[in-house]
Amino acid sequence: MPIVVNKDTCTGCETCVSSCPYDAIVIREGKAEITELCQLCKACLGVCPEGAIRETGESGARREKSEGTGVWVFAEQRDGVIAGVSFELLGAGRRLADKLGTNLSAVLFGPNAAGPDELIKWGADRVFHCEDELFRNFNDEPFAALLSRLIGQHKPEIVLAGATPIGRSFIPRVAARLHTGLTADCTSLDIDGESRDLLQVRPAFGGNIMATILCPETRPQMATVRPRVMKRAEYDLSRNGEIVKVSAADVGSRTRVVETVKEVSEVAVNLQEANIIVSGGRGVGGEKGFHLLYELADALGASIGASRAAVDEGWIPYRHQVGQTGKTVGPRIYFACGISGAVQHLVGMQSSDIIIAINKNPEAPIFDVATYGIVGDLFEIIPLLTKRIREAKGL
Amino acid sequence: MDYFLTEEQLMIRDLARQIAEEKIVPVRAELDETGEFPWDVMKTIAQSDLFGLFIPEEYGGLGKGCLELCVAVEELSRACLGVSTSYAANALGTYPLLLFGTEDQKKRFLPDIAAGKRLVAFGLTEANAGSDAGGTQTTARLEGNEYVINGTKQWITNGGVAEIYTIIAITDRSKGPRGASAFVVEKGTPGFSFGKKENKMGIRASATTELIFDNCRVPRENLIGKDGAGFLVAMKTLDSSRTGVGAQGVGVAQGAFEEAVKFARKRVQFGHPVITFQAIQHMLADMATSIEAARALVYAVARFIDSGAKDVSKESAISKLYATDVAMKVTTDAVQVMGGSGYMKEYPVEKMMRDAKILQIYEGTNQIQRNVIGQALIKEFARSK
Amino acid sequence: MNMVVCIKQVPDTAEVRINPETNTLIRDGVPSIINPYDVHAIEAALQIREKAGGKVTALTMGPPQAEVALREALSMGVDDAALLTDRAFAGSDTWATAYTLSKAIQLLGADIILCGKQAIDGDTAQVGPEIAEFLDIPHISYIRKIDEAGGGRIVVQRLMDDGFDVIESSLPVLLTVVRELNVPRLPSLKGKMAAKKAMIRKLTAADIGAEESSLGLRGSPTQVKNIFAPESRKDRKMLEGTIEEKVEALVRELVGLKCL
Repeated sequence: MPIVVNKDTCTGCETCVSSCPYDAIVIREGKAEITELCQLCKACLGVCPEGAIRETGESGARREKSEGTGVWVFAEQRDGVIAGVSFELLGAGRRLADKLGTNLSAVLFGPNAAGPDELIKWGADRVFHCEDELFRNFNDEPFAALLSRLIGQHKPEIVLAGATPIGRSFIPRVAARLHTGLTADCTSLDIDGESRDLLQVRPAFGGNIMATILCPETRPQMATVRPRVMKRAEYDLSRNGEIVKVSAADVGSRTRVVETVKEVSEVAVNLQEANIIVSGGRGVGGEKGFHLLYELADALGASIGASRAAVDEGWIPYRHQVGQTGKTVGPRIYFACGISGAVQHLVGMQSSDIIIAINKNPEAPIFDVATYGIVGDLFEIIPLLTKRIREAKGL
Repeated sequence: MDYFLTEEQLMIRDLARQIAEEKIVPVRAELDETGEFPWDVMKTIAQSDLFGLFIPEEYGGLGKGCLELCVAVEELSRACLGVSTSYAANALGTYPLLLFGTEDQKKRFLPDIAAGKRLVAFGLTEANAGSDAGGTQTTARLEGNEYVINGTKQWITNGGVAEIYTIIAITDRSKGPRGASAFVVEKGTPGFSFGKKENKMGIRASATTELIFDNCRVPRENLIGKDGAGFLVAMKTLDSSRTGVGAQGVGVAQGAFEEAVKFARKRVQFGHPVITFQAIQHMLADMATSIEAARALVYAVARFIDSGAKDVSKESAISKLYATDVAMKVTTDAVQVMGGSGYMKEYPVEKMMRDAKILQIYEGTNQIQRNVIGQALIKEFARSK
Repeated sequence: MNMVVCIKQVPDTAEVRINPETNTLIRDGVPSIINPYDVHAIEAALQIREKAGGKVTALTMGPPQAEVALREALSMGVDDAALLTDRAFAGSDTWATAYTLSKAIQLLGADIILCGKQAIDGDTAQVGPEIAEFLDIPHISYIRKIDEAGGGRIVVQRLMDDGFDVIESSLPVLLTVVRELNVPRLPSLKGKMAAKKAMIRKLTAADIGAEESSLGLRGSPTQVKNIFAPESRKDRKMLEGTIEEKVEALVRELVGLKCL
């Protein structure tokens, strides 16, 4: 096992025991021992006050590091409209490509006459476009087959896709087929200066903590990226690029979309497009507490969000949930009321421009990400704030 | 405390607890408010096999005894007495068939009861006959091969929702207590109808109605036990079920106690959680002590019954009396510990307190339990001297 | 209809906390559970069995302790259970996990394979689609309703961001399910008692004929570099004073930023 305990320096203090999410560390004869339950999640590294837990470095010699050049972005579209995340990926991809000194390509499947040009203006140097009707609806198999084929032919070193229902469903098939690694739902990407490897950061353990993932030996390095966390590049009308038409010959599908039904929840849309969001957590205490937030939201013209804790308690429906298992939002102002700030929640709202945290507990982690923090009882603060905002707006 | 339950008994407890926490706690306040019968919960209990707990395996049950039933009832009661009353009344209504039914009757009814396909109710109480079973006015007259039943039963738990009713009626008034007989009557029998659903102080999720018999004809095979054995059937049924009421008391007390402790840890007054105050600690200590004593007593009596003991009247009365008095005291004290919050419907303890009151009343008031114990003492000491 | 449900035993991550001083996980008292999405997959398989007949096998990969999760699945009513357990599987990422599970599924045989949408400890949602690729069968993700299953085909509803798609597929197929699909049943007592006694089939790397170079740490293209707690914001301003002063200060800031 690549994580070991140095029995000479281990004092048996048990600090590491509770840090393991898989119960894989036990104390035997006064020393810590890592059992077969270990999942190599590395949550214990750095926990030991004596520095007795470390990696052995044997990662099992594998195949030669495979080669590849260029950064690719899968540009997702639905009903002929390119998804916003595609432009965000071009922004991220541009940064990575520039750092690596390589070029940036986008891949677009399905009919869309203006699409390739758009992608170039948003930062792509080259666009692979397959206009085949086969891609009008989303079926996993043909998407996976054609993307795998293109990657096999052109050998990029990095492939990014949106962590959307579409990207998260078919990209794994591509990674499986190409025998390469895939990191899900990344919130940050960078290049390691020495190895030139892609550093892929994502939330782990239900969003309680962050992990950096590497794919050191196989290429391409693949990642799905959370929508609304990456910045778009500048839209440049004067940009030029190459458009490569791709044929879908020999690509088939054993699934067939019979019907597509639109069922847009207003709240979900409102949350993701909202300028201001007032969000409540466990500290709000119940449905009644949320009424205070509705008042504040009303005064601000804001939408209502909630943490998982509040949704789990049944105080507010799931469609209001912000965070790892809910929506990712990026409003101008985000009010976090009675939200402690578990990473699970933070990953869904951290890209907000201004975060205002109101919490009784001065130690609450929400204050670590806040622009403005108020320690105090929200049941006193919110009504007063609502009143003052109404006055300031002359309502 | 560890009561050395077997692995199977622990399994029963865990399953009942899971049902209570996942399916009952989320709906109990609403059930209390609306007084709707918890059909969904009953369906879950049916799927879980708990309706068949005490029914022999040859009739599709699990062949367990009183202790297992008490363990299940306790867990359900911890979440909601209204639900647990509906469940326990099913057992109450089944005992006459189980204890005195013919092989045919058992084959006809027990498999459906065990599977939870049909609910059961027991009909003894009437307007003029509650504690005094001798006041029973419902009659059953033999005409050819049929009994014709007339009269009205009152405050019958599971009335209207059950499909099988075991009831007591007078077949020969001249014989006094030996003139009563027990019958099984199915819902839908012509001449058998229900009064309106009662509006109760507590256990509001449970259904309580009158059973109205107006020249209701049932075949002779529906007689349970011998003609004239009605009061014996009733008494033996109550002997078997009373400890279950004690288990309800333990459960609701435990539920209220846990709410009180949880609250006392959080509620801050004078800069400290109120649980740090000795006045609160002593109340909680007394609650914990009496709950544990009640549980120990209920389990001990249940084991005594399961041992096959012949006469369990006194012991079952003792367990019902003590555990339900504890339930009333503990739920009242839980409201007190939580103060204004305890009195509000936001918290479940005021409901638990309202619910708990019925335990001192139904299946023989606690005054009647004392009579039963007293009479048993007289007999016991007359024998020993 | 032969069905395999892939389940995973996970720590109940809703209960995991972070120690704010050391930025490390606190696991004390956090129970291990069947991944909640997988419970819906089990329920879906049981419901298909009730209508179309067949056999349901629960499959998991993990240490010997993962047997507990399989017994729970058995108590809900699945017919059979298999545990992939071998030291060679340790350290598997999603690629190696999917490879290993697909080898076992080939051995067990299945017309429909069901998985939860994702596991709550990893949240990758990758293993299901990757298994389908290894088996070279179609898959459909985020199933919120199963309209028809039988006669060599299946019609389901796939939840999307803006509604849902109705999709038809040939069998065999792999489905990943979301919570909206059903309300999982609780175990029954008879099920629990039978589950306690049931034999659980143990499968090793040799049993499934897996290539060693594709297993565990060696077969995993990705690796965790490090784990960390997010950094705090540098420009934070804590508002001080009485409640009135704090609120006043905030309103002033918002007005200054032209937010009002």
